[in-house]
Amino acid sequence: MIRALFDYQFMQNALIASILASIVCGVIGVIVVEKKLVMMSGGIAHTAYGGVGLGYLLGFEPIIGAFLFSVSAALGIGVIKRRGGVQSDVIIGLFWSVGMALGIVFIALMPGYPPDISSYLFGNILSVTKADIYLMLILSFLVVFIVIALFHAWKAYLFDEEFASIIGIKTAFLEYLLLILVAMTVVVLIRVAGIILVLALLTAPSAMASLFSKRLKSRMIVAVIFGMLFCISGLWISYNLNIASGACIVILSVLCYFITYIICVVRIIMKRKSIVTK
Amino acid sequence: METAIHINNLAVYYGGTAAITNVCLDVIQGEFLGIIGPNGGGKSTLLKAILGLIPITTGSVQIYGHLPGKNRSAVGYVPQFATMDRRFPISAMEVVLTGRLKQGLSLFAKYSHEDNEIAYEQLRRVGIEHLAKRQISELSGGEFQRLLIARALTVHPKLLLLDEPTASVDVNSREQIFSMLKELNKEMTIVLVTHDLLAISSEVKKLACLNKKLVYHGEPQLNEHIVKELYGCPVDLLAHGVPHRVLKEHEEDA
Repeated sequence: MIRALFDYQFMQNALIASILASIVCGVIGVIVVEKKLVMMSGGIAHTAYGGVGLGYLLGFEPIIGAFLFSVSAALGIGVIKRRGGVQSDVIIGLFWSVGMALGIVFIALMPGYPPDISSYLFGNILSVTKADIYLMLILSFLVVFIVIALFHAWKAYLFDEEFASIIGIKTAFLEYLLLILVAMTVVVLIRVAGIILVLALLTAPSAMASLFSKRLKSRMIVAVIFGMLFCISGLWISYNLNIASGACIVILSVLCYFITYIICVVRIIMKRKSIVTK
Repeated sequence: METAIHINNLAVYYGGTAAITNVCLDVIQGEFLGIIGPNGGGKSTLLKAILGLIPITTGSVQIYGHLPGKNRSAVGYVPQFATMDRRFPISAMEVVLTGRLKQGLSLFAKYSHEDNEIAYEQLRRVGIEHLAKRQISELSGGEFQRLLIARALTVHPKLLLLDEPTASVDVNSREQIFSMLKELNKEMTIVLVTHDLLAISSEVKKLACLNKKLVYHGEPQLNEHIVKELYGCPVDLLAHGVPHRVLKEHEEDA
């Protein structure tokens, strides 16, 4: 793979894409897991499929459509949730399926042969283009910049939203901003892992990092490192065995999470036993 | 004398259901008021109305003559800690520091040397400065409660509001928390709400009862008739150190 990396542009793109994806999924993944927004992220990701379909139908870059759809889904879910009266998981479920349905309708309306949309659904890191890289670069930079710039406010908001709003932090703004950040992250991750597999990349590295770190900042850094580990080795496996990259990366990260989880549980049991036998 | 809280005919409705109605309450600066009432009696709603977190249906709330929420640095709030996520990756010191955040949102905000000093000072005030670097999941219930009090104190409030401050802490911690509140009461007004009559220590100078309705103008007014109305059955008012001076001995049923 090292050789191919120097020889082929698409391999370089793939490597850059996986590094960018790991950075955003580490940073936002930790927030998503702590704020219990995993299903919300799933809803935002799946709504993006409607945008992919619209992009194909109207002839613009599908990833732009995905971006527009996921941001509007994030804002839509956020507004309805804040106004209250409806359970948020109901809204998420509705956006989730309506987004997918719209995608299917748009692609059916398209004249001519249907395009190969499986790379959007399951991700194909080897087909990442230069334009994709530029979009990913801008979005990742924005996501990381916004998280770092407001880090203390994020921490207060995530830990105790009520108190944060009492001391005058604009929590409603932060909530919408967070949903938009999730939408941007989802768009970055779509090319790598695909709409359907995005959730694993958001959760596995940060859940694993939570077993190792007790500080928000270091947990994000550890999650980024795990993400890179999964993405790059998944890319290597997918290159060598010629299987879809998204699936490789997802299976690898979930497997690693469960292995570390089992090791942690076994260690706790062993410790308990050793205390008892003493 | 300055009036800390002035509530006139307050009613708060959630949708069509009334959480509290006809609440009149005057709290003078320097008071230590306990508000008791059963679960669902609207205690948290009243606190949220005082903090300006929920819209008021009718009536008025004034905190030091201002509308709630307009006078943020005057009020310190200690939430019910049982409802908080204790596994969140944050240290005790970082929790207290969040109380020093400025209003609004400033980019790349950093805690100043002064912020750090104030936060550490408050940790020392509640007696857990040695735990500053601990992650919050490693604190006991009593320690975590004191941490939340320290966070509320970082804004240098004139009024401290506490929601069930002694729920699910042991008797020892409860005593410590109340003696600490007594100390704090010298500098600030304290209002706490609880459903647990046993949680009211003799440090609490005045009591008011809230069950959807409340009328209180500074006189202690708890007797077995009111308790019966509040809780629907006679409660043993003399149990476990409830202050005798407030509560009359309850008569045996004839």
